[in-house]
Amino acid sequence: MTDTARPEKLTRFLAASPFVKTLGMVCDIKGDEMTAILPFAEKLIGSTALRALHGGAIGSFLELTAMSQVYLLSDIDTLPRPINLTIDYLRSARAEPLYARAHITKMGRRIANVRCEAWQSHRDKPVASLHAHFLVTAPEPAA
Amino acid sequence: MSHNPTILETMRENMVNVISLVPWAQEIGMQVISIERGKVSGKLVWSDHLVADPATGIVHGGVITSLLDNLGGMAVVSALDNFRTTATLDLRIDYMRPAEKGRDIAATAECYHVTKTVAFINARAYHPDTEKIIASASGAFALNSPKGWTAPKPVEPKT
Repeated sequence: MTDTARPEKLTRFLAASPFVKTLGMVCDIKGDEMTAILPFAEKLIGSTALRALHGGAIGSFLELTAMSQVYLLSDIDTLPRPINLTIDYLRSARAEPLYARAHITKMGRRIANVRCEAWQSHRDKPVASLHAHFLVTAPEPAA
Repeated sequence: MSHNPTILETMRENMVNVISLVPWAQEIGMQVISIERGKVSGKLVWSDHLVADPATGIVHGGVITSLLDNLGGMAVVSALDNFRTTATLDLRIDYMRPAEKGRDIAATAECYHVTKTVAFINARAYHPDTEKIIASASGAFALNSPKGWTAPKPVEPKT
């Protein structure tokens, strides 16, 4: 049971997000499945000596991918808000495009548990993985 | 040349320049404010291009992750006696509350334990002048050796 309007809403949000633009992330959404793509850019480098992507840029990309996938499968109107996340850095990410896909382990009424993996030229050699919890309830009105 | 600057002194002298070697830190506007042994503080100035959703003006969590990861790595290096390159093994971030629109974000990272191969850090991000924490982080960093450098062999105890 997929809400066909969700991919459109997500695409609109990503297109309007200044930080998504700063990062340069794009998404390939097919129904409720999504592959996120981070084209290489010089600004994503974390060490000019090692020519490796910055851990923070990789983390940002994984978090956005996980959030997007949770949104696609949830039924809330607002965007999922991160509670916490753990990023495992498995390999040095080279100056090449980065790809990511997320998998929802459990979609609860209030909290979603999600895992996400990023890779470069070889899908079976992940560069980083993320495990996160997101709130999937509407934010409380500001006091 | 008798003067042998420690890692800490070298880091302090290059505090401003060091960010120019990290394009992503430059992109998010990160600044290093102080470096003590095992403890590094920095800040970020709120900016439009860091905002997740223009409707709220809240800086994206990834920006906080980037800040804490970077300061964590620097805290590790500042705690070492001999220079080693570091790589983040893992980083856990807990988000306490969203960063408020228009306000600077300060952060401090502390390296509290170093072994031969791994160093451990804690870090926090907050708005200056408040006790309210935006996010806290803990992480482990692998210590690697620069190319051409080999670890000295441990001395065998005399029998």
